[in-house]
Amino acid sequence: MIEWFTWVQVAVAVVAGVLCLALGFAGRVPSDLTNGALALVELLLVVQLVVAIAAPAFGNEPTGSVLEFYTYLVGALLIPPAAVFWALLERNRWSTVVLGVAALAVAVMVYRMLQIWTVQQA
Amino acid sequence: MTDVRGARPETDRGRRMSGIGRVLVAVYGVLALAAVGRSFVQIATKFDEAPLAYSLSALAAVVYVVATIALVRAGRGWYRIAWATIAFEFTGVLVVGTLSIAFPELFPHDTVWSWFGRGYLFIPLVLPVLGMWWLAKHPPVHADVDASRADAAGDQRPASGADAA
Repeated sequence: MIEWFTWVQVAVAVVAGVLCLALGFAGRVPSDLTNGALALVELLLVVQLVVAIAAPAFGNEPTGSVLEFYTYLVGALLIPPAAVFWALLERNRWSTVVLGVAALAVAVMVYRMLQIWTVQQA
Repeated sequence: MTDVRGARPETDRGRRMSGIGRVLVAVYGVLALAAVGRSFVQIATKFDEAPLAYSLSALAAVVYVVATIALVRAGRGWYRIAWATIAFEFTGVLVVGTLSIAFPELFPHDTVWSWFGRGYLFIPLVLPVLGMWWLAKHPPVHADVDASRADAAGDQRPASGADAA
Protein backbone atom coordinates (compact mmCIF):
# COMPACT_ATOMS: atom_id res chain seq x y z
CA MET A 1 0.00 0.00 0.00
CA ILE A 2 1.45 3.36 -1.03
CA GLU A 3 0.73 5.77 1.77
CA TRP A 4 0.58 9.05 -0.17
CA PHE A 5 -1.60 7.49 -2.84
CA THR A 6 -3.95 6.22 -0.17
CA TRP A 7 -4.24 9.68 1.35
CA VAL A 8 -4.98 11.14 -2.10
CA GLN A 9 -7.63 8.46 -2.47
CA VAL A 10 -9.21 9.31 0.88
CA ALA A 11 -9.17 13.01 -0.04
CA VAL A 12 -10.80 12.38 -3.42
CA ALA A 13 -13.49 10.22 -1.84
CA VAL A 14 -14.21 12.85 0.84
CA VAL A 15 -14.39 15.66 -1.74
CA ALA A 16 -16.64 13.54 -3.97
CA GLY A 17 -18.83 12.67 -0.97
CA VAL A 18 -19.21 16.26 0.22
CA LEU A 19 -19.84 17.46 -3.34
CA CYS A 20 -22.58 14.87 -3.91
CA LEU A 21 -24.19 15.54 -0.52
CA ALA A 22 -24.19 19.30 -1.18
CA LEU A 23 -25.61 18.98 -4.70
CA GLY A 24 -28.11 16.39 -3.49
CA PHE A 25 -29.41 18.53 -0.66
CA ALA A 26 -29.53 21.44 -3.12
CA GLY A 27 -32.00 19.37 -5.13
CA ARG A 28 -29.85 18.31 -8.08
CA VAL A 29 -30.52 15.01 -9.79
CA PRO A 30 -27.52 12.76 -10.43
CA SER A 31 -25.40 14.25 -13.21
CA ASP A 32 -22.31 13.36 -15.20
CA LEU A 33 -20.36 15.29 -12.57
CA THR A 34 -21.65 13.35 -9.57
CA ASN A 35 -21.69 9.97 -11.30
CA GLY A 36 -18.24 10.76 -12.68
CA ALA A 37 -16.98 11.57 -9.18
CA LEU A 38 -18.05 8.10 -8.05
CA ALA A 39 -16.50 6.57 -11.16
CA LEU A 40 -13.21 8.28 -10.20
CA VAL A 41 -13.51 6.89 -6.65
CA GLU A 42 -14.02 3.41 -8.14
CA LEU A 43 -11.09 3.83 -10.53
CA LEU A 44 -8.79 4.73 -7.63
CA LEU A 45 -10.03 1.65 -5.75
CA VAL A 46 -9.09 -0.54 -8.71
CA VAL A 47 -5.63 1.08 -8.74
CA GLN A 48 -5.43 0.42 -5.00
CA LEU A 49 -6.27 -3.23 -5.63
CA VAL A 50 -3.47 -3.53 -8.19
CA VAL A 51 -1.05 -1.78 -5.81
CA ALA A 52 -2.08 -4.04 -2.92
CA ILE A 53 -1.53 -7.18 -5.01
CA ALA A 54 1.84 -5.96 -6.28
CA ALA A 55 3.20 -4.31 -3.11
CA PRO A 56 4.34 -7.42 -1.19
CA ALA A 57 6.54 -8.37 -4.15
CA PHE A 58 8.41 -5.10 -3.61
CA GLY A 59 8.92 -5.64 0.11
CA ASN A 60 5.88 -3.59 1.13
CA GLU A 61 4.13 -6.03 3.43
CA PRO A 62 0.95 -5.36 5.42
CA THR A 63 1.41 -5.33 9.19
CA GLY A 64 -2.21 -6.34 9.85
CA SER A 65 -4.56 -9.05 8.67
CA VAL A 66 -4.43 -9.52 4.91
CA LEU A 67 -7.88 -11.12 4.93
CA GLU A 68 -9.37 -8.15 6.77
CA PHE A 69 -7.67 -5.76 4.35
CA TYR A 70 -9.11 -7.49 1.30
CA THR A 71 -12.55 -7.78 2.89
CA TYR A 72 -12.58 -4.00 3.18
CA LEU A 73 -11.17 -3.54 -0.31
CA VAL A 74 -13.63 -5.88 -2.00
CA GLY A 75 -16.49 -4.37 0.00
CA ALA A 76 -15.41 -0.87 -1.00
CA LEU A 77 -15.16 -1.90 -4.66
CA LEU A 78 -18.83 -2.94 -4.58
CA ILE A 79 -20.15 0.35 -3.21
CA PRO A 80 -19.65 2.96 -6.02
CA PRO A 81 -21.11 0.74 -8.79
CA ALA A 82 -24.15 0.00 -6.62
CA ALA A 83 -24.67 3.71 -5.91
CA VAL A 84 -24.25 4.73 -9.56
CA PHE A 85 -26.57 1.93 -10.67
CA TRP A 86 -29.13 3.29 -8.22
CA ALA A 87 -28.56 6.85 -9.47
CA LEU A 88 -29.16 5.81 -13.08
CA LEU A 89 -32.33 3.96 -12.11
CA GLU A 90 -33.93 6.56 -9.85
CA ARG A 91 -33.17 10.03 -11.02
CA ASN A 92 -33.90 12.42 -8.20
CA ARG A 93 -32.08 14.41 -5.57
CA TRP A 94 -31.91 11.60 -3.03
CA SER A 95 -29.94 9.45 -5.41
CA THR A 96 -27.34 12.24 -5.44
CA VAL A 97 -27.29 12.11 -1.63
CA VAL A 98 -26.84 8.33 -1.84
CA LEU A 99 -23.84 8.88 -4.14
CA GLY A 100 -22.40 11.13 -1.42
CA VAL A 101 -23.02 8.57 1.32
CA ALA A 102 -21.35 5.91 -0.83
CA ALA A 103 -18.25 8.05 -1.45
CA LEU A 104 -17.90 8.87 2.26
CA ALA A 105 -18.31 5.19 3.17
CA VAL A 106 -15.47 4.38 0.76
CA ALA A 107 -13.34 7.11 2.36
CA VAL A 108 -13.80 5.55 5.81
CA MET A 109 -13.07 2.07 4.48
CA VAL A 110 -9.90 3.18 2.70
CA TYR A 111 -8.73 4.86 5.91
CA ARG A 112 -9.36 1.60 7.79
CA MET A 113 -7.41 -0.26 5.10
CA LEU A 114 -4.48 2.11 5.64
CA GLN A 115 -4.61 1.42 9.39
CA ILE A 116 -4.66 -2.33 8.81
CA TRP A 117 -1.73 -2.13 6.40
CA THR A 118 0.48 0.26 8.36
CA VAL A 119 -0.18 0.34 12.10
CA GLN A 120 -2.22 -2.70 13.13
CA GLN A 121 -0.23 -5.49 14.67
CA ALA A 122 -0.97 -8.91 13.27
CA MET B 1 -32.01 8.19 -19.41
CA THR B 2 -35.78 8.29 -19.51
CA ASP B 3 -37.30 6.53 -16.59
CA VAL B 4 -40.80 5.15 -16.61
CA ARG B 5 -41.17 5.51 -12.88
CA GLY B 6 -40.04 9.11 -12.95
CA ALA B 7 -43.09 9.91 -15.04
CA ARG B 8 -45.46 8.53 -12.42
CA PRO B 9 -44.57 10.21 -9.17
CA GLU B 10 -47.89 9.28 -7.57
CA THR B 11 -47.00 5.58 -7.58
CA ASP B 12 -43.60 6.41 -6.17
CA ARG B 13 -45.04 8.02 -3.11
CA GLY B 14 -46.28 4.80 -1.59
CA ARG B 15 -42.88 3.16 -1.75
CA ARG B 16 -40.90 3.09 1.42
CA MET B 17 -37.67 3.64 -0.45
CA SER B 18 -38.83 6.90 -2.01
CA GLY B 19 -37.54 10.30 -0.97
CA ILE B 20 -35.10 10.52 1.88
CA GLY B 21 -35.96 6.92 2.77
CA ARG B 22 -33.58 5.81 0.05
CA VAL B 23 -30.74 7.44 1.97
CA LEU B 24 -31.77 5.37 4.98
CA VAL B 25 -31.70 2.26 2.82
CA ALA B 26 -28.26 3.20 1.49
CA VAL B 27 -26.86 3.64 5.01
CA TYR B 28 -28.45 0.34 6.02
CA GLY B 29 -26.84 -1.30 3.02
CA VAL B 30 -23.41 0.02 3.98
CA LEU B 31 -23.86 -1.11 7.59
CA ALA B 32 -25.02 -4.53 6.41
CA LEU B 33 -21.92 -4.78 4.22
CA ALA B 34 -19.69 -3.72 7.13
CA ALA B 35 -21.29 -6.23 9.48
CA VAL B 36 -21.06 -9.07 6.95
CA GLY B 37 -17.44 -8.24 6.17
CA ARG B 38 -16.39 -8.07 9.80
CA SER B 39 -18.26 -11.20 10.74
CA PHE B 40 -16.73 -13.05 7.79
CA VAL B 41 -13.22 -12.07 8.91
CA GLN B 42 -13.89 -12.98 12.53
CA ILE B 43 -15.34 -16.38 11.75
CA ALA B 44 -12.73 -17.20 9.14
CA THR B 45 -9.74 -16.33 11.32
CA LYS B 46 -10.55 -16.65 15.02
CA PHE B 47 -13.95 -18.20 15.58
CA ASP B 48 -12.74 -20.45 18.43
CA GLU B 49 -11.55 -17.42 20.44
CA ALA B 50 -15.06 -16.15 21.08
CA PRO B 51 -17.73 -18.34 19.50
CA LEU B 52 -20.58 -16.50 21.25
CA ALA B 53 -19.53 -12.98 20.25
CA TYR B 54 -18.77 -14.01 16.68
CA SER B 55 -21.99 -15.98 16.27
CA LEU B 56 -23.79 -12.88 17.48
CA SER B 57 -21.89 -10.80 14.92
CA ALA B 58 -22.94 -13.17 12.16
CA LEU B 59 -26.57 -13.11 13.30
CA ALA B 60 -26.50 -9.31 13.45
CA ALA B 61 -25.02 -9.17 9.96
CA VAL B 62 -27.78 -11.38 8.55
CA VAL B 63 -30.43 -9.28 10.27
CA TYR B 64 -28.98 -6.08 8.81
CA VAL B 65 -29.11 -7.61 5.34
CA VAL B 66 -32.73 -8.71 5.82
CA ALA B 67 -33.67 -5.27 7.20
CA THR B 68 -32.12 -3.57 4.18
CA ILE B 69 -34.09 -5.77 1.80
CA ALA B 70 -37.30 -5.36 3.81
CA LEU B 71 -37.00 -1.57 3.70
CA VAL B 72 -36.82 -1.63 -0.09
CA ARG B 73 -39.63 -4.06 -0.78
CA ALA B 74 -43.28 -3.09 -0.80
CA GLY B 75 -46.17 -4.95 0.81
CA ARG B 76 -47.37 -5.70 4.30
CA GLY B 77 -45.27 -8.81 4.77
CA TRP B 78 -42.04 -6.93 4.14
CA TYR B 79 -43.29 -4.09 6.32
CA ARG B 80 -43.65 -6.49 9.24
CA ILE B 81 -40.26 -8.02 8.54
CA ALA B 82 -38.75 -4.54 8.49
CA TRP B 83 -40.28 -3.78 11.88
CA ALA B 84 -39.18 -7.11 13.36
CA THR B 85 -35.59 -6.86 12.12
CA ILE B 86 -35.16 -3.22 13.11
CA ALA B 87 -36.66 -3.86 16.56
CA PHE B 88 -34.29 -6.81 16.92
CA GLU B 89 -31.33 -4.59 16.06
CA PHE B 90 -32.43 -1.91 18.49
CA THR B 91 -32.85 -4.48 21.28
CA GLY B 92 -29.50 -5.98 20.38
CA VAL B 93 -27.60 -2.72 20.46
CA LEU B 94 -29.21 -1.74 23.78
CA VAL B 95 -28.70 -5.10 25.50
CA VAL B 96 -25.23 -5.88 24.18
CA GLY B 97 -24.18 -2.24 24.49
CA THR B 98 -25.21 -2.12 28.14
CA LEU B 99 -23.73 -5.55 28.95
CA SER B 100 -20.44 -4.69 27.26
CA ILE B 101 -20.06 -1.66 29.52
CA ALA B 102 -21.41 -3.23 32.72
CA PHE B 103 -19.71 -6.61 32.30
CA PRO B 104 -16.81 -6.14 29.87
CA GLU B 105 -15.56 -9.66 30.62
CA LEU B 106 -18.65 -11.06 28.88
CA PHE B 107 -17.61 -9.50 25.59
CA PRO B 108 -13.82 -9.55 25.43
CA HIS B 109 -14.03 -9.25 21.66
CA ASP B 110 -15.75 -6.49 19.80
CA THR B 111 -19.11 -6.98 18.16
CA VAL B 112 -20.99 -4.50 16.04
CA TRP B 113 -23.02 -3.63 19.13
CA SER B 114 -20.30 -3.35 21.78
CA TRP B 115 -20.35 0.02 23.55
CA PHE B 116 -23.53 0.91 21.63
CA GLY B 117 -21.77 0.60 18.30
CA ARG B 118 -18.86 2.86 19.16
CA GLY B 119 -16.67 1.20 16.53
CA TYR B 120 -19.21 2.21 13.89
CA LEU B 121 -19.69 5.88 14.85
CA PHE B 122 -22.77 4.85 16.89
CA ILE B 123 -24.59 4.28 13.61
CA PRO B 124 -25.99 0.94 14.93
CA LEU B 125 -27.62 2.89 17.77
CA VAL B 126 -29.04 5.77 15.73
CA LEU B 127 -30.10 3.90 12.62
CA PRO B 128 -32.83 1.69 14.15
CA VAL B 129 -34.45 4.77 15.68
CA LEU B 130 -34.49 6.50 12.29
CA GLY B 131 -35.69 3.27 10.71
CA MET B 132 -38.60 2.87 13.12
CA TRP B 133 -39.53 6.54 12.73
CA TRP B 134 -39.50 6.07 8.98
CA LEU B 135 -41.62 2.91 9.12
CA ALA B 136 -44.14 4.55 11.47
CA LYS B 137 -44.53 7.45 9.06
CA HIS B 138 -44.83 5.23 6.02
CA PRO B 139 -47.26 2.40 6.66
CA PRO B 140 -47.75 0.02 3.74
CA VAL B 141 -50.02 1.17 0.95
CA HIS B 142 -53.10 -0.83 0.05
CA ALA B 143 -52.68 -3.95 -1.98
CA ASP B 144 -54.53 -2.47 -4.97
CA VAL B 145 -52.09 0.43 -5.17
CA ASP B 146 -49.31 -2.09 -4.93
CA ALA B 147 -50.72 -4.14 -7.74
CA SER B 148 -50.98 -1.12 -10.02
CA ARG B 149 -47.27 -0.66 -9.91
CA ALA B 150 -45.67 -1.87 -13.07
CA ASP B 151 -42.80 -3.56 -11.28
CA ALA B 152 -44.97 -5.15 -8.61
CA ALA B 153 -46.39 -7.70 -11.02
CA GLY B 154 -43.82 -10.36 -10.22
CA ASP B 155 -43.07 -11.65 -6.78
CA GLN B 156 -44.65 -8.94 -4.70
CA ARG B 157 -48.31 -9.20 -5.58
CA PRO B 158 -48.88 -12.70 -4.20
CA ALA B 159 -47.14 -11.74 -0.97
CA SER B 160 -49.16 -8.60 -0.35
CA GLY B 161 -52.35 -10.25 -1.55
CA ALA B 162 -51.95 -13.11 0.85
CA ASP B 163 -51.26 -10.72 3.68
CA ALA B 164 -54.27 -8.55 2.92
CA ALA B 165 -56.58 -11.58 3.03
